[in-house]
Amino acid sequence: MYVSVKGGEAAIDNAHRLLADRRRGDRSVPALTLDQITEQLALGVDRVMSEGSLYDRRLAALAIKQARGDLIEAIFLVRAYRTTLPRFGFAEPVDTGAMLVERRISACYKDLPGGQLLGPTFDYTHRLLDEELEVDARIEPGRMREGASEPVTRIVDILGGEGLIEEEPGTNGEEPGDINQTPLEFPLSRAMRLQSLARGDEGFLLALGYSTQRGYARSHPFAGEIRIGEVEIEVYLPELGFAVPVGRVQLTECQMVNQFKGSAKLPPQFTRGYGLVFGQSERKAMAMALCDRALRAEELGEDIVAPAQDQEFVISHCDNVQATGFVEHLKLPHYVDFQAELGLVRTMRAEFERANGVFQQAQAESAIEKKEAAE
Amino acid sequence: MTAHPQTSGYNFAYLDEQTKRMIRRAILKAIAIPGYQVPFASREMPMPYGWGTGGVQVTAAILGPRDVLKVIDQGADDTTNAVSIRKFFERVAGVETTTRTADATIIQTRHRIPEAPLREGQVLVYQVPIPEPLRFLEPRETETRKMHALEEYGLMHVKLYEDIARNGHIATTYAYPVKIEGRYVMDPSPTPKFDNPKMHMSEALQLFGAGREKRIYALPPYTDVVSLDFEDHPFEVQRFDRPCALCGAEQVYLDEVVLDDRGGRMFVCSDTDHCESRQAQGLRGELSGEAAQ
Amino acid sequence: MNAAAAQIENLDRSSEALPLLSVRSVSKAYGARIGCTEVNFDIWPGEVLAIVGESGSGKTTLLNCISTRLEPTSGTIAYRMRDGEMRDLYQLGEAERRFLLRTDWGFVHQNPADGLRMTVSAGANVGERLMAVGHRHYGELRATATDWLGRVEIGADRIDDQPRAFSGGMRQRLQIARNLVTAPRLVFMDEPTGGLDVSVQARLLDLVRGLVNELGLSVIIVTHDLAVARLLSHRMLVMKDGRVVEHGLTDRLLDDPQAPYTQLLVSSILQV
Repeated sequence: MYVSVKGGEAAIDNAHRLLADRRRGDRSVPALTLDQITEQLALGVDRVMSEGSLYDRRLAALAIKQARGDLIEAIFLVRAYRTTLPRFGFAEPVDTGAMLVERRISACYKDLPGGQLLGPTFDYTHRLLDEELEVDARIEPGRMREGASEPVTRIVDILGGEGLIEEEPGTNGEEPGDINQTPLEFPLSRAMRLQSLARGDEGFLLALGYSTQRGYARSHPFAGEIRIGEVEIEVYLPELGFAVPVGRVQLTECQMVNQFKGSAKLPPQFTRGYGLVFGQSERKAMAMALCDRALRAEELGEDIVAPAQDQEFVISHCDNVQATGFVEHLKLPHYVDFQAELGLVRTMRAEFERANGVFQQAQAESAIEKKEAAE
Repeated sequence: MTAHPQTSGYNFAYLDEQTKRMIRRAILKAIAIPGYQVPFASREMPMPYGWGTGGVQVTAAILGPRDVLKVIDQGADDTTNAVSIRKFFERVAGVETTTRTADATIIQTRHRIPEAPLREGQVLVYQVPIPEPLRFLEPRETETRKMHALEEYGLMHVKLYEDIARNGHIATTYAYPVKIEGRYVMDPSPTPKFDNPKMHMSEALQLFGAGREKRIYALPPYTDVVSLDFEDHPFEVQRFDRPCALCGAEQVYLDEVVLDDRGGRMFVCSDTDHCESRQAQGLRGELSGEAAQ
Repeated sequence: MNAAAAQIENLDRSSEALPLLSVRSVSKAYGARIGCTEVNFDIWPGEVLAIVGESGSGKTTLLNCISTRLEPTSGTIAYRMRDGEMRDLYQLGEAERRFLLRTDWGFVHQNPADGLRMTVSAGANVGERLMAVGHRHYGELRATATDWLGRVEIGADRIDDQPRAFSGGMRQRLQIARNLVTAPRLVFMDEPTGGLDVSVQARLLDLVRGLVNELGLSVIIVTHDLAVARLLSHRMLVMKDGRVVEHGLTDRLLDDPQAPYTQLLVSSILQV
């Protein structure tokens, strides 16, 4: 007597229990605190905030802990949480020119107003594993510049003053749109593309940005400027009639400056690629800027020849929550469709064997005939 | 049927009311234009994309406190994903749930349509992975939208022609394209083509949600649904050369169950509720045996 | 009325009162550069018109403008629909225009890969247009495809092969069959013999000439090759730097070229 497999619910409960057990690991090891994660795994927290589209270090840290360090899973947790939050409104555009910078570099000039500020970067470390980190060695506090600094002018404003770089392509007075509120319908405006890229997967955008450097839609980029620091968020309140600050966020901004030979409509000038992400992640900001520039191909009259220029390709596939969901949904049962395919393959094999059998029989017969003829 | 206390801290059925209204507007438009894919601002849900986020959003948007919900995957109420989605709505909406098709007001499904005919007042919500029937013939959304707008469906038949030229018959077994009211070509989601005839003139409202692809489409009750074919190669559904081994049902879709590693197989109803109802009526198949009594 | 137009009067118009296609003052500018400018001509049913000129002369721009693939900067192109009414092509809705393109018109590309579906069988390539307009009988579609493959000298045993497995000449003949299966009234051809060997070219031209006569097609063919124009066309437009420098009956134009550029072109060819 056959009894079909039941007890899906119990199995799921047991799986969750085992997951909780494995998450905690060896109970004799102290549990991670959220403070430890936000303080010591800060760049992981930044990535989760950025691709999770929610600026909240504590929630991001919680998500990382709950996801056992799987950042895409953590991003997913944050996204699922933010979808339940009511939308109160939108902030004024942030002024990155007024950013309180901790790092600011430009590859285009040796020196420039505000100076080159290296900040907390891995760039010039030798990538040697540091065994001292195995224990909690004493770490000297970082040194900060004293006193009021000169204004840190944005490099695109310096270039723009001379008319050497295009005006920031505007939105023609249209509302920039919101990818959470409006269905994505191609072709997308640049504002909608940038929103999608900002929450896009770092690895995917990195690979695409890299592909543009290797000749798949070459854009001759210069890292015009990368700046990391805090900016003030302001929200316009109609009741008051002016914008009020509601807090500060840390951002990484990349202004890529790209060579452009000009087209029928436009004189030769530099063009822009733009990247902006929460927290500190210049890899993501730079990759985003390269992709943004590549996706402007149509607007600038360039031939669309490479994947990075194809907005349907890039935007439809850059979201890691969507990508991981659909790839992993292959784990779900598909046995009903598989049954249909089984039936088809069996039918086709039977037809094949019938046809082949007839063919082999014919061959055998002709061989006999030949043999007979030879005799 | 079982009632459940709702988990506090979330709005009824998880989504906030603003989002529900947005989804309902898309659903209304979809009902007004049967078979047309309406874009909507799909939200992240607490289950992965590809695991039913579209269906869940549609269900969440239409669910009321007095609804009775049934969730099936592969025709079964006890498959893991069906269990998971049913539990989700038990937690965030506290609605009654059931496994009985006849008792449900809303049935969310993946890959099957129940065997028992649905009736007026019921809603069948399909989870859809790829809503675009032309997608694998033309990858570009901008182009497929134009093809739908201009009714350029020749390519669809090119594919069926190729099937026949190569295999002697149409080799599409699931997600078999249909034409709605003589206008839009629609993907019925990856249900086996066995279920296609059930969509035609169904008394129930049928809603299709694709979360990752951000589309909703619909078949209002009593809609004309025709599976694409050729005059001399008419559409045919799968046939099984035996009845269900447990309840003896014929003309139903069967799952193949591997019994051992020596080629032992049995075939049982994919629709578990249908099978159990029949067994409860005393109907028996060849393998149900004495133990079932 | 100019000389060319006067010559048109001499053609047999089989009692048609209106031209099939009427091009008036068509210009296309790419920024400051001229693609083609101030082009005027009519084409009548059953007539083959060759547009000749060197590369960069604007002949392909012109072809794309009149086949609705590239919107002209100014000018009008009117087409006599099957109901007899003359319609401005750029006033048609996209649905009407696309319908025209896949039923009443044909377009033969220089590179057959641009006009064929390379990954579906020859039979489906020929049948696609019929399926697009509602043919739903597999057996009849296949019979029609077999018939058309025969007419373009492709064996019936190749019907299930993909064009990837075909030679360049076969692909081009398949592209022609795919276009002609809906009995179009007007066919555009862009250097149809361009990529082919000389012997293959001759066979293809012969085939095209036969089909054009048999079906009474109107054809607008772009070519840089005067020999192709001589063999196929009734009338010629000679283009240089985006302008029509001479327009007239093919025999007259080749025997007695008037414009200095045409004289140069003809003499360079005839000496070979």
